[in-house]
Amino acid sequence: MSPGVRHLYVHLPFCAHRCGYCDFVTLVGRTGSHRSYVDALLAELELERQALAADVETVFLGGGTPTFTEPAELARLLAALPAADEVTVEANPETVTPALASMMRAAGVRRVSLGAQSFNPRLLAVLERRADPDVVRSAFYDVRDAGFDNISLDLIYGIPGQSAADLASDLAEAIALAPEHLSCYELEAKPGTRFTFAHGDELEAQAEAMERYFELVVETLVDAGYRWYETANFCRPGRQARHNLGYWQGRDYLGIGIGAVSTVKGLRWRNRPSLGGYLAALAAGRRPPREEEALEPAVQRRERLLLGLRLDEPVSLAGVAGAVDPSALARMERLGLAERRHGGLALTRRGRFLGSGVTVALMAESPAKSTI
Amino acid sequence: MSSLDRIRNFSIVAHIDHGKSTLADRILELTETLSEREMREQVLDSMELERERGITIKAQAVRVLWRGHQLNLIDTPGHVDFTYEVSRALQACEGAVLVVDAAQGIEAQTLANAYLAIENDLEIVPVVNKIDLPQADPGAAATEVAELVGDRPERVRRISAKTGEGVEEVLDAIVDRIPPPEGDPDAPPRALVFDSSYDQYRGVVAFVRMVDGSFSTRERLRAMAAGTRFEAEELGFFSPDRRPVPTLEAGEVGYVVTGLKDVSRLRVGDTLTAQEQPAIDPLPGYKDVKPTVFAGLFPTDSDDYPALRDALDKLKLNDASLFYEPETSQALGFGFRCGFLGLLHMEIVRERLEREFDLDLLVTAPNVAYRVLTKAGQELEVHNPADMPREVELVEEPYIRASTIVPKDYVGSVMELNNERRGRFHHMEYLSEERVLLTYDLPLAEIVYDYYDQLKSRTRGYASFDYDIIGFEPGDLVRLDVLLAGEAVDALSLIVHREGAYPRGRALVERLREEIPRQLFDVPVQAAIGSRIVARETIKARRKDVLAKCYGGDITRKRKLLERQKKGKKRMKQVGSVEVPQEAFLAVLNLDGERR
Repeated sequence: MSPGVRHLYVHLPFCAHRCGYCDFVTLVGRTGSHRSYVDALLAELELERQALAADVETVFLGGGTPTFTEPAELARLLAALPAADEVTVEANPETVTPALASMMRAAGVRRVSLGAQSFNPRLLAVLERRADPDVVRSAFYDVRDAGFDNISLDLIYGIPGQSAADLASDLAEAIALAPEHLSCYELEAKPGTRFTFAHGDELEAQAEAMERYFELVVETLVDAGYRWYETANFCRPGRQARHNLGYWQGRDYLGIGIGAVSTVKGLRWRNRPSLGGYLAALAAGRRPPREEEALEPAVQRRERLLLGLRLDEPVSLAGVAGAVDPSALARMERLGLAERRHGGLALTRRGRFLGSGVTVALMAESPAKSTI
Repeated sequence: MSSLDRIRNFSIVAHIDHGKSTLADRILELTETLSEREMREQVLDSMELERERGITIKAQAVRVLWRGHQLNLIDTPGHVDFTYEVSRALQACEGAVLVVDAAQGIEAQTLANAYLAIENDLEIVPVVNKIDLPQADPGAAATEVAELVGDRPERVRRISAKTGEGVEEVLDAIVDRIPPPEGDPDAPPRALVFDSSYDQYRGVVAFVRMVDGSFSTRERLRAMAAGTRFEAEELGFFSPDRRPVPTLEAGEVGYVVTGLKDVSRLRVGDTLTAQEQPAIDPLPGYKDVKPTVFAGLFPTDSDDYPALRDALDKLKLNDASLFYEPETSQALGFGFRCGFLGLLHMEIVRERLEREFDLDLLVTAPNVAYRVLTKAGQELEVHNPADMPREVELVEEPYIRASTIVPKDYVGSVMELNNERRGRFHHMEYLSEERVLLTYDLPLAEIVYDYYDQLKSRTRGYASFDYDIIGFEPGDLVRLDVLLAGEAVDALSLIVHREGAYPRGRALVERLREEIPRQLFDVPVQAAIGSRIVARETIKARRKDVLAKCYGGDITRKRKLLERQKKGKKRMKQVGSVEVPQEAFLAVLNLDGERR
């Protein structure tokens, strides 16, 4: 294995429309900018290439809606990116055509992550998604027909007005498509989004009723033979998202594009989200404007803990030394929420449903505080 | 220098708001002790809190001149908690002006004060005040008060302290009716300490009434009960500010600057004498006042503990009756168990701590002192429910005799309230056709929560109330504990009558279930008497608590979110493995104050 960063993220911010609940860095329309944006991406990649390993393991194109990018530009980008074992592209169902699927397959894409979100027209409308359920299904078949044997579906649950039966039927529809991988997210009403403004009160009112939806999701998918390998992710054996696994295992990654984040050798940086500034800097051969954050070793260990505990495999205790409060660990073990196995630390099944609270409990006081 | 027969020493006593301080103000004005320009309302009540609440906390003594006589006005606190201070002040006098509101007539503290004055053999000058009010009925009030003190209604002065009408006649009556002090100017000196204050530069200043002999500046003195020795750094009187004099003579009232740095070394009621040629016997009546009501005081922010300690030390300088000792609560951290003379005293201390020292306090439910005989035959005095042994042979609690005066229509309501509070009827008397005096014996514990509020609401504010501690009696009392996940929460333990234990326990656990956020596990909330659970609720565990997604772009944000939650946990109080927000304790402790 050659030295260097083995995981590359490429951000494609363009969308046909901004969904109400979204708080990602997205740009609506702007088709005129796609070409210059891809130029800039490739320029940034050139500037950072020395950080990349010779054998990159995963490439992930996220968005935005990568598949909304002008197909010719997307193809040009894919051709110029380093080859990798796993190349994933995020796709919105309404943008998928048989031609696009074939193009991606030919361009070396190995995995497609399809943002289905729901199969219920009423709930899709609440989410302001443009695809109807038939479009979701046909997109899935188009991708499958193009030869992809590794497809992931995104589902969202906890949508305002979603009953337990609605959720069960969404899960059944998803399972019927037999994807290799599923990501299931509870809808988060993020502050400041249009969605929270419109539905925040309603979400709060049904929060208690939806408390068991998470259990329903896990039970249904596990029963259907999926492995609950990460808090919100499920897969057929051996079909973990290797790119994302890199994040959760605390590996270095390089991110290019506006708003993209990189973490390399204890330094994290985030490109500023402005398109104009990004294009201008790279056109002039400079790195785009970005914010940097130096990660102290103690902070790295704490991140290692909070990311590692999301997985079903234990995180190495040696790797999180000092980040765990031993008395809290003993308490969490006694409560049956965490356990030590094979020299590592993992949450129990029940602990995983309470992952955030258990992680907070396990975290040692921040070192800055304890040295006072 | 005045000879004894040119001196009159007197107090003004009254029920709260009947106009005692206003009368004192008018007297200072009429005797030209203060110019109009210097006059502010209630000049004697110097503490901010006193002026705001319209009550007198610290007694003061002012010398005024009237028609060739030296009149010493000794101001007294008007509330039941300070009965002992009142009685010491009265002992320094030969007479008392008893003020009664012309619209309201006799109230409970009028009675209490009149009885105290009579006990001290004082000449009483009865006065009906506020005759300028439209609803005043001076005739009826005069009849009531005359009957009370055994005088004729026409001898009762009718005045308006507000307008000054009739106040000169009151001054004349003081000179004419109140006898001059008796005392032997040539005997070894004896002076009664009837109050003290603390001056941060000069130490304890004792307010004294010279009974026999005299003191001179720089004389070496001794407090006979406490045994404290000091030098009289300065002698003087108030007019109303300090006026130093070279000597204090028999019969006079004045102050002694002691230089002592600790008020507890010179208590009210003690007798001062000279170190050389001292008196043999102290003046009668000294007693060490004991606190009757106790509560734990904890800073809401544990970092404020040293500030709370300093504040209590400072308050203690001016208030020898304040008692406190460090207390460690597993649930509330470090604080102090404090003893007070009564509920008002507690309220005043708390308000002064919060206002003058800017502290945020958590105050536990107040309790009384219990005398306990353990199974092992050991006798204890318990000031903190958490210290009460779970197995006891006998518990005794303090009883009071409560006097309530109400319009006759509310007699039934008061009786009902007193019966609910384990009261024993003692006596009933019609003071007039309309107004009734009721006396009951009640456990003090029954009035330390919300008795006053209940009394007020059930009598629409018409009742007046006063009490005396009459002794200890055995009671069927139990210790009620609150358990969270099986662990007793020391700060929430209570001592209650067995019959009240169940509803009390029920209310406590219900409130806690509402106030404590759901945890990572089921938390049983129980109320228990010994090992017997009398009430139980369960705080169900959370079922889900996850951050939905976390990828490369939001690791920093998610980490900061968890770090913030971790910090938030630090503000929680840890009871066993249960995290309890401060607000939950506050809510439960308030519940005790609000209802039962």
